[in-house]
Amino acid sequence: MKIKTEVQNNILVVRLDGEIDHHSSTLIKETVDQLYQKHRVRHILFDFKDVTFMDSSGIGMLMGRYRSTIIGGGKVMLVEVKPEVDKILQLSGIYKLMKLYKDETVAVANL
Amino acid sequence: MYQNKMNIQFTSHSENEAFARATVSAFLAQLDPTIDQLYDIKMAVSEAVTNAIIHGYESDPTKQVHLMCEYKLEETQPPNIIIEITDFGQGIVNIDEARTALFTTAGDADRAGLGFTVMESVVDNVEVFSELGKGTTVTLQKQLF
Repeated sequence: MKIKTEVQNNILVVRLDGEIDHHSSTLIKETVDQLYQKHRVRHILFDFKDVTFMDSSGIGMLMGRYRSTIIGGGKVMLVEVKPEVDKILQLSGIYKLMKLYKDETVAVANL
Repeated sequence: MYQNKMNIQFTSHSENEAFARATVSAFLAQLDPTIDQLYDIKMAVSEAVTNAIIHGYESDPTKQVHLMCEYKLEETQPPNIIIEITDFGQGIVNIDEARTALFTTAGDADRAGLGFTVMESVVDNVEVFSELGKGTTVTLQKQLF
């Protein structure tokens, strides 16, 4: 799992590449939490374009990030989720807490 | 009737979750599953192996997770796959409770409690056998229609 991040205004953009499981979720959580605090951003946008697999550990990771952002009135946004990965997002009900957008532009426009 | 089976065991390291998924995928490639079927099986294996590591063994790296995969090919039937994931760890206090959606014993960690829910949604049948202090076996059954 490769992680690239950018700070755009008050959004931490996290680009994930590879498979999200318990092992990589730990790394994602540590990286994201540290940067979220350091840059004092408000929202987190996860770019799923290159995510090829996700199990429920990924849902736990997203829930944890949701809990961090909601405290400051921020949002977690997801973009470009592949259909097979979307399965578990649908199953978990997490779309009640965070929205999937077609792309970054649309996501940011909806803030 | 044609049968094939493999048995592996590996250290209870989270790195091996990906290894377990890849190994089962490679073994079942012989059956020429669809992308969706293979993805579903990878999900179920990933959930069960993760449970063995983080719950069965509480991430103890001195322990081993056991993975068995077999399939039967009969003349007029679609292939039937059985996958067993076994740990000799702490066992489950209450299996029914454990299988409830969103239930987790993970405390503070970012755990969704959806492992069994996911398994049940992607394979035909999930059986759980567990004994406190002895271990747990999760059996997944899926027929490739």
